[in-house]
Amino acid sequence: MKCQKCDKPATFHITDLVDGKPNELHLCEECAHKFLAPSSEESGEVLPAMAGLLAQHLAVGETAEELARLDQRSCPVCGITFLEFRKQGRLGCPHDYINFASELEPLLLNIHGETRHVGKVPKFCASGAEQQTQLIRLRREMKDAIAAEEYEQASSLRDEIRAIEHARDKDKGK
Amino acid sequence: MDFSELNLQEIAQTSGEWLRGSGPESDIVISSRIRLARNLADFPFISRATDTDRAEIGKILRDRIEKLHEEGKFKGQLVYVDVSALEAVDRQFLVERQLISREHADAEGARAVLIDQREQTSVMINEEDHLRIQVLKSGLDLGAAWEQINELDDLIEARVTYAYNDRFGYLTACPTNVGTGLRVSVMLHLPALVITRQIDKVFRSLQKINLAVRGLYGEGSQAQGDFYQVSNQVTLGQNEEELTKKVADVIPVLIDYERKARDFLIRESQETLHDRVSRAYGILRTAQTISSEETMHLLSSLRMGVNLGLIRDVEIPTVNKLFVHTQPAHLQKLTGMELDSSDRNIERATYLRRHLSGDGAGAGHN
Repeated sequence: MKCQKCDKPATFHITDLVDGKPNELHLCEECAHKFLAPSSEESGEVLPAMAGLLAQHLAVGETAEELARLDQRSCPVCGITFLEFRKQGRLGCPHDYINFASELEPLLLNIHGETRHVGKVPKFCASGAEQQTQLIRLRREMKDAIAAEEYEQASSLRDEIRAIEHARDKDKGK
Repeated sequence: MDFSELNLQEIAQTSGEWLRGSGPESDIVISSRIRLARNLADFPFISRATDTDRAEIGKILRDRIEKLHEEGKFKGQLVYVDVSALEAVDRQFLVERQLISREHADAEGARAVLIDQREQTSVMINEEDHLRIQVLKSGLDLGAAWEQINELDDLIEARVTYAYNDRFGYLTACPTNVGTGLRVSVMLHLPALVITRQIDKVFRSLQKINLAVRGLYGEGSQAQGDFYQVSNQVTLGQNEEELTKKVADVIPVLIDYERKARDFLIRESQETLHDRVSRAYGILRTAQTISSEETMHLLSSLRMGVNLGLIRDVEIPTVNKLFVHTQPAHLQKLTGMELDSSDRNIERATYLRRHLSGDGAGAGHN
């Protein structure tokens, strides 16, 4: 087979995604190199590329209906929907790893070849981290309560937040 | 402590840790870098953080990290820099010195960096993650880099609660960094592999074992000056030592390939090689206007020529320094002037002539 851009033999067979549709390219080494080398203008576009990669992995094995339902699911802590995550390629808060665990696992397997951490463990408070994460939700709820002029609710949320913060600061010897 | 204009101009005179040009295998290995991505457990990740969140995260982290000095726990002196308050040229200056990422320079909103005066450690606040800790060493020195970063991470972790869970490890905004949050990278100068057209083959074999290759300034940048960074892609399911070892193990192989390619060039085409290197040196010493790209390209040949003993009146640290000092923001800091692209090209040529003892040393040589 000949290279699609010049007459040399094609040794590279690349599947490129154009608007979500696979597009086959057959190129020689030199043209493949040119094609794959990111131009300087593209250097800032890592994010969409990542998002595309995620979308591609996630779409496998999901029917359109399942995917649509999944996209509507949101995190009770930060409020991010799965659709927003898929679009940005960035999660909204630490709790997303728990909330979307079953959706993230195949993705992690694809990226890392593993789904479990085996490295360093924080010396302090490793188990208290999830409780700390709940502060994100409590602060958000407090803000909403104030906006809705539900001051009694806001005040009890504030007490709850302070109690957790106080325990944390004591833990960290502050 | 404030990071004033004066300080930037002062540090511009030096070449920074990563181009010191010493350390093991420093003819080919420029620098070793390790970074850790960390987040506070009680705040949303950056993409969902409000302005108040970002300000609060910045305040907490600055406060806790600065306390480390007061208590004498951190050995260096970390200087706080409010990146959001810097001029574009100063942000670019920090990128050129590898102290902040391009993304951090170009972002918006409250963000900062703490830099130690030897420029070995930098701690970015509110980058893609709340914390990006980085340690940079000259030459091939990953062991020392890991020890240093691990210690700083422990010190910070004793004062904040990191987002972590037993199953996925350190939780990061992007799933590509989750687990250890570790990125180990080694920057190599590989001109002979480029000349002998073996570099693509090398890349493909690195990609097959899940190692990434990037250019001098990270993510999408093209390889400028034949500098390449090799780093791990996987961060989950292997511990920090294993991940570091995987990168460390491949470096001697790359060094060996590059040395063999250099030997081949010397053996098979010494005249052509000597000519190439000498012409590069000649242009750098005499040009009246020169772009950043051409400079990088020619300095790369010069650097190899010095390492191979083909050019004997220039030292490697000088060449290394020129790579950074001829970058746009550095040139402007060194001259103390705002320069547009064509003025920079003239200033760059003057700077090169002066430092390579060409004809530009004195006035009146136009």
